[in-house]
Amino acid sequence: MLRLLNIELHKLKYSRSAKILISTYFILITFIALIASIEFDLGPIHFRLADQGIFNFPFIWHFNSYIAAILKLFLAIVIVSMMSNEYSHRTLKQNLIDGLSKKEFVLSKFITVLLFAVISTFFLMIVSLILGYSFSDFTELSIVFSDMEYIVGYFIKLLGFFTFCMFIGILIKRSAFALGFLFIWWIFENILYGVLNFRLFRDSDIPENIMQFFPLTAMSNIVIEPFSRLNFIKTAASQIGEELDKDYGVHWYQLLIVIVWTVIFVYLSLALLRKRDL
Amino acid sequence: METILTINQLTKKYGSLTAVNNLSFTIKKGNVYGILGPNGSGKSTTLGMVLNVVNKTSGDFHWFDGSDSTHTALKKVGAIIEHPNFYPYMTASQNLALVCKIKGVSKNKIDEKLEIVGLLERKDSKFKTFSLGMKQRLAIASALLNDPEILILDEPTNGLDPQGIHQIREIIRKIASMGTTILLASHLLDEVEKVCSHVVIIRKGIKLYSGRVDEMNASHGFFELKANDLVKLQQLLEEHPSIGKITLNEDLLTAILEEPMGADDLNSFLHQRGMVLSYLVKRKESLEEQFLQLTNETAL
Repeated sequence: MLRLLNIELHKLKYSRSAKILISTYFILITFIALIASIEFDLGPIHFRLADQGIFNFPFIWHFNSYIAAILKLFLAIVIVSMMSNEYSHRTLKQNLIDGLSKKEFVLSKFITVLLFAVISTFFLMIVSLILGYSFSDFTELSIVFSDMEYIVGYFIKLLGFFTFCMFIGILIKRSAFALGFLFIWWIFENILYGVLNFRLFRDSDIPENIMQFFPLTAMSNIVIEPFSRLNFIKTAASQIGEELDKDYGVHWYQLLIVIVWTVIFVYLSLALLRKRDL
Repeated sequence: METILTINQLTKKYGSLTAVNNLSFTIKKGNVYGILGPNGSGKSTTLGMVLNVVNKTSGDFHWFDGSDSTHTALKKVGAIIEHPNFYPYMTASQNLALVCKIKGVSKNKIDEKLEIVGLLERKDSKFKTFSLGMKQRLAIASALLNDPEILILDEPTNGLDPQGIHQIREIIRKIASMGTTILLASHLLDEVEKVCSHVVIIRKGIKLYSGRVDEMNASHGFFELKANDLVKLQQLLEEHPSIGKITLNEDLLTAILEEPMGADDLNSFLHQRGMVLSYLVKRKESLEEQFLQLTNETAL
């Protein structure tokens, strides 16, 4: 296991673009703190976002895991290119000739992806704890460490997404096209939802029930947007007569769907590699 | 003698095209083997299959005594096929360090192997700055890192300038002299002739010959003769029981032997019959002539 991780990290360690993207990613996560300094100054309305309770425990876990997940795109680029570069540099072939088995190859990539998800999660926890202790109105331990399911959700979401990127990288073999495919897949899921929702099953929850099994939708379902939980949004919504009643929780079946996808993507990557002639 | 690689009835089909057809041969320790065949004859596909990068359609092969899985066995093999494949953003020694990690050997041989291929001064240059010849030499260094039982080289001199070709051949010879088994795939006949002791000839995926280079042709060689009276010479030769086909090309007679005979015997035979030669030489077919003979015979 360690040998495989060591091999993969050796490949990343000397790649300048990978290093730049990875550091950008982590720096941007810390920049969530900057949201605190956003101030609105609209004539009579004057408020600071940090005072709206976004950094209150335990809401901060939801807010930060949602915001930080947007940044996963930076690591997606790294992961897609670390897969497809093995094809374009033809080093995959050389790795296999040198005595790495196809299973070990996929495993070394997956362990690295797992490491990315673990580090991101820990990093986010630390950033959130620091932000929370600086701005939160409540700092009792029982409150601080409640709603931790968002962090678990964030981890599973990242892992699923990164394994998806890994699979696409192997499937498409060219990093630019692979990222393009990721985007097209995202559009595809959205269009499919639109068609189901507005054409086939109007006014029912069948579209949602179908869509939750698609990978990207499943991932985004785990941690849904936190903004409508904010007091000032709620107030604004009720003023225009809209009742916001959403289920913000992280549910076990949503996690399970993404875990199943993760397993499928790892398995498909290996199957694809086994089937292909290089 | 210890067997390194056994290939048995190996076949690879790409759709309707059969790239390798029921190929069988074995490789023994200590020899230098050449796989010879025109472009597209299935050399690289065969190597790809035994090196775990191309899936076989049928048949089987095993490394050494067959007790290890292919990828474990490959850790004891050094191979480069076609292009030298390395990470362009890493330096020569960083690339080799990665190969060490994959093969599970220590890194202290990197400098030694770079020295063998003459790249020690460039060890901290990035791979992408290397010329093709240097890349090819780095590939050889990388294949040597684990002190392999067998070194497999696929077209190692392809695309190199004469100087680069010479350097690579010198390196191969040096490695062969250290007792390493070598398998060299090439379409260059003189390359195989210069370096190899054994040869496997394939054409369109079918094995035409496998064995020692010097035993490749069962023929006993041929004489080239010149004399003032070529007509009489031809008549005399036709009477001799050991001589088969005779061809006349301008003023040079070529007589192919059907059984072994020395040049001195022929000379005294002709001299007894009053024939004086101005030119007599006994030759064996060169590998090129034998190769063309072999590949043409089956083409008909």
